[in-house]
Amino acid sequence: MIRLEKRKEPSRIWRIANPFLAVALTMIAGGLMFAALGKDPLVAIRLIFFDPLFSETFASYSRPQLLIKAAPLILIGVGLAIGFKANIWNIGAEGQYIIGALFGAGVALAFFPAPGWYIFPLMILAGAFGGFLWAMIPAILKTRFNTNEILVSLLLVYVAERILAAMALGLMRNPDQPGFPGSRDLRRYEAAHNAELIANTGMHWGGVAAMIAVIFAYVMMTRHMLGFHVKLAGQAPRAARFGGVSPARLVVICLGISGALAGLAGMFEVSGPGGQVRIEFATGYGFTAIIVAFLGRLNPLGVVLAGLLLGLTYIGGELAQMILQIPGAAIQVFQGMLLFFLLALDFQTNYRIRLTRGAAA
Amino acid sequence: MIFGSINPAVLMAALMVAATPILLAAIGELVVEKSGVLNLGVEGMMIMGACMGFIIAVNPGSPLIGFAGAAAGGMVLAALFALLTQALMTNQVASGLALTLFGLGLTALLGQQYVGITPPRTPRLDLGPLSEIPFLGRAFFRHDIVVYLTVALVGAVWWFLKFTRAGMIMRAVGENHEAAHALGYHVKRVRLFAILFGGACAGLGGAYLSLIRVAGWTEGMTVGAGWIALALVVFASWRPWRAMAGAYLFGGVVVLQLNLQAAGVRIPVEYLSMSPYLITILVLVLISSGRARASLNAPGSLNKPFHASS
Repeated sequence: MIRLEKRKEPSRIWRIANPFLAVALTMIAGGLMFAALGKDPLVAIRLIFFDPLFSETFASYSRPQLLIKAAPLILIGVGLAIGFKANIWNIGAEGQYIIGALFGAGVALAFFPAPGWYIFPLMILAGAFGGFLWAMIPAILKTRFNTNEILVSLLLVYVAERILAAMALGLMRNPDQPGFPGSRDLRRYEAAHNAELIANTGMHWGGVAAMIAVIFAYVMMTRHMLGFHVKLAGQAPRAARFGGVSPARLVVICLGISGALAGLAGMFEVSGPGGQVRIEFATGYGFTAIIVAFLGRLNPLGVVLAGLLLGLTYIGGELAQMILQIPGAAIQVFQGMLLFFLLALDFQTNYRIRLTRGAAA
Repeated sequence: MIFGSINPAVLMAALMVAATPILLAAIGELVVEKSGVLNLGVEGMMIMGACMGFIIAVNPGSPLIGFAGAAAGGMVLAALFALLTQALMTNQVASGLALTLFGLGLTALLGQQYVGITPPRTPRLDLGPLSEIPFLGRAFFRHDIVVYLTVALVGAVWWFLKFTRAGMIMRAVGENHEAAHALGYHVKRVRLFAILFGGACAGLGGAYLSLIRVAGWTEGMTVGAGWIALALVVFASWRPWRAMAGAYLFGGVVVLQLNLQAAGVRIPVEYLSMSPYLITILVLVLISSGRARASLNAPGSLNKPFHASS
């Protein structure tokens, strides 16, 4: 008979090994999926995980894309990881990302076409504030009315998507091209353009912000009292309350941080790679960042690696779509499987498998 | 006057159709939560049902087989969730989210060739003279069979939870799994059944969307219906009839909003179409606060892992 026995201490080795194992298992299962779609699995896996970075023909285009895709994932994932650690589930990052983008773009469009060094910093502040504000809705409803933050933050994603559409078609529409939905292209407005900082690296201000956020989050989680409170509230909520940690304050802080970071990510996207406020602007970074946070073990440094890996699956997915005609949705399945395998493997972290002999045990 | 153009009987009829998919998913999730498990994957199971139901109904051309396939599709995802949370003891919130993300991706892949196809029509249930009663006939007795079966299902769940032995065991497991285990009940087995039932219901709800309400398949077509169903369970304070009242209330908002759009009210469509989500949030706030705190009625072991030490 197989029995699970709870470990006294979670196993550290498995904790670190599991994300790698999960990636390996996902590659195998993904390969089977590609085979089922009638594609050569080895070629597909190579195209997704290897060619974007190392192939001679594609890498010059796709290598810079890695940072472009990974920056928002890391930025959002770092914030989510802090909340998840405290058992505060902000799953509406996609909505905060949209609102941040709208706030940032709103500032830019209000100043258009004035030049000025101060416009971009103002946009950054506005983007973070927008995301923060949107995250404060579930936070305040949670602390004041005890409303479930998971449901509220998620439902607000749909509201944010409608606001985005309304803005793209209405208030923020480009007045010079009234026939087309969508705002002015911010990439053509120098004072608001989140340009590449070093040519052909894909590094823009969003990447810089992501690095700063990771460092801050790391210091906070390992060296600061707040990080300790977050961990305590997640692992032993009763002990935390006796220790004077206010659950309400923690909810506001965790949702606030993750909302502001998601808003920043949206703002950097709309002023750079995205370029304009469009109906199709939001592509699901806010949801993929949930996988990033888990795959990174809710650790800021882990989130960097996980963000790069999932960023890679985006680019590789596009490449596979172009060359092998693998449907774009296959990558979504891939990302979903990754989370499944990771969660499933984690039972080894907390439990030990014991083989016992039937009734004799 | 814009409201003048809206016929109340037609409104009522449309409301029942709009409410049915959410009610199906909600009644399933209600049972799951009554057994002490929080499955946030309703949206994923629903879209899976919508997709599988559509594919199966289009291929041999029968909506009924489609619904059966949809229930099976929802159950497959639910079984995955049960494997993770009950056997492998994973975090229920994370596993539910994974289910939703995976379901959305998988269906986008599976349903690709089915965009733009019209499914076979589900016939209206012939209720003879009943459907000829003025007003009432138009409002209540000209629906497809699923609408009525859903109402019957709500009644069946209410009866099951309140009056049957198995229902009582399920509630015991949900209220206090340690005590239920000590009494010799199989906590995990009960929960497995509940989770599978929830999956089947969510799948049926999804199929109702793709086969009847929308009558077509598009990627991500559930647009949050699964999440609204989850909110509905809280709103209902885990009581079946209240879930039905909530679903019909919600259906009313959806239909009214659609009617206002059609009537050409001078509010952009985007703002009108966010109203169902806003109202869901508002209702959640009202029900979660105040004296009649719904959370007091939540099953005691909800979202707590159970691992028998011996």
